[in-house]
Amino acid sequence: MKQYLKNSFDGIWTILVGMKVTFKHLFKPAVTIQYPDVKLPMADRVRNRLYVNMDDCIGCDQCARACPVNCITIDTVKSLPTEDLGKTSNGKKKVLWVTKFDIDIAKCCYCQLCVFPCPTECIYMTDVYEFSEFEREDLNYKFATLTESEIVEKNANFEKMQAEKEAKKAAAAKAKAEELAKKKAEEEAKAKEEPKTDNADNKEQPDKE
Amino acid sequence: MYELLYDIFGSEIIAMIIAACMPLFLFILPFALIAVLLERKVSAHMQDRLGPMRVGYHGILQTIADILKLIQKEDIVADTTDKKLFNMAPVLVFAGSYAVFAAIPFSGAFIGSAADVGIFFIIAVSSIVVAGILMAGWASNNKYSLLGAMRSAAQIISYEIPTALVVLSIVMLTGTLSLNTMSIQQTAYFWNWNLFGGAADGFVQLLLLPFTVVAFVIFYISSLAEVNRTPFDIPEAESELVAGYHTEYSGMKFAMFFLAEYANMFAVSAIAVAIFLGGYQSPLGYLGNTIGVEWLIPYEQLFWFTVKGVGLVLVQIWLRWTLPRLRVDQLMTVCWKYLIPYAFVNLIIIGLISLI
Ligand code: SF4
Ligand code: SF4
Repeated sequence: MKQYLKNSFDGIWTILVGMKVTFKHLFKPAVTIQYPDVKLPMADRVRNRLYVNMDDCIGCDQCARACPVNCITIDTVKSLPTEDLGKTSNGKKKVLWVTKFDIDIAKCCYCQLCVFPCPTECIYMTDVYEFSEFEREDLNYKFATLTESEIVEKNANFEKMQAEKEAKKAAAAKAKAEELAKKKAEEEAKAKEEPKTDNADNKEQPDKE
Repeated sequence: MYELLYDIFGSEIIAMIIAACMPLFLFILPFALIAVLLERKVSAHMQDRLGPMRVGYHGILQTIADILKLIQKEDIVADTTDKKLFNMAPVLVFAGSYAVFAAIPFSGAFIGSAADVGIFFIIAVSSIVVAGILMAGWASNNKYSLLGAMRSAAQIISYEIPTALVVLSIVMLTGTLSLNTMSIQQTAYFWNWNLFGGAADGFVQLLLLPFTVVAFVIFYISSLAEVNRTPFDIPEAESELVAGYHTEYSGMKFAMFFLAEYANMFAVSAIAVAIFLGGYQSPLGYLGNTIGVEWLIPYEQLFWFTVKGVGLVLVQIWLRWTLPRLRVDQLMTVCWKYLIPYAFVNLIIIGLISLI
């Protein structure tokens, strides 16, 4: 009987204690953060969306090679010797046109491994974390600054330069070969004057190019 | 009210229909709108959250947005349900909780039916809800629903006993079954409320005081159980039974269950107010009497009734966000081993005292 009364009393009493606690909390300021309007400050070294400062990128492809999931694709083309691409902010000379610099952020695992090898520190993590898209393709960020026509032009420039170089090389090689042939002919001619002229016919015309 | 409408429209049927719809449009719908928001806000602040904040200033239009959403929802009826019962159950549950409002005296001038057996009618008619819940659970053809419905039936039927016993003791004290007469007896100031021993003379009232308070506590606890509110919400325990008997319901049918639940909350609070807290009587005297404006009094009464009722609903909400859910065996222990013996002893003592 004693236990019974104690139980009833405890029941009521503990309920009142609980109600007191909740009542106190009713007037405590809420800890809610109204997310899209108010945001929590991010830590200093957060790893979120990548950004590439194309002004500083020298197109060295190091970041793409460091990436464990291959989500960076870089295409470059050499510039003409006459073109001046300027320097990066830490003094490196740029010699490559970066025609394609895609980061497929959908694949990215935010490991930050691409950030460290960059010699000019132009690829880095930002604190942007709201970039959801309706299409997965839209998550393939393109950083290259050249326009379509510029890319075509640069490629053409490079090919032209390449072709000219080839031509020069070919011309140089031809000249060299001709010189060689001349020399040989002279030597042969000299040899002819000497008595031994046995197998000279076979060697008369050496490699023609 | 009915007589007034009869005078206006001159047709019994129209007057009756309008009188019958009044509580719905005047009380239940606005109340449900406010109570849902209140519940979410109060619970949020008790947990140091903010609750709905987006729709309107601090989310005050949230319920309206939710209702719009519910109306648009597809009404899904699963293939293997018992269609007839399935469609009938929400209506029955709502009708059961709505019928209770017929006998509740909102104000001296606004009583659905001033029947002399008001409280008896309420206790009888609110049992229809059990049938509706059982139908919903059975017709859903879903084990969670059935479990919830069975628990609900066991719970509501068990807890009707202490409720009835307590009501009986107050009926003995006041000598009437009519809620309106009870309200009139508790007139003037709050120390005349049945909660504080009723309108008896000084000594008898003091003698009665502890027992009527106990009666009120018992009534409040068991009425909580009858409307399936936490800590007695095992029929719809969302963490174990999905949503109990309304798991399979969607759209407007679900909304009906929802509305019935809130209507029920207010109904039991209103009954508690009418029986224990002086009904529609003002605790401090009437402004209308002081400044001599007679017609103001019924409105004041309506106001006081609403304030008291909503106050009790607030306590229900407060309890809900304080206490964890009881286990089924604990639920039955509380009812059969604690509430019923206390109510019984209380009944006898109050009976003896009221003989004096
Ligand atoms: S953060 Fe990691 S996964 Fe993402 S691009 Fe850089 S190296 Fe690749
Ligand atoms: S490592 Fe840096 S400089 Fe090199 S390609 Fe990547 S972003 Fe450009």
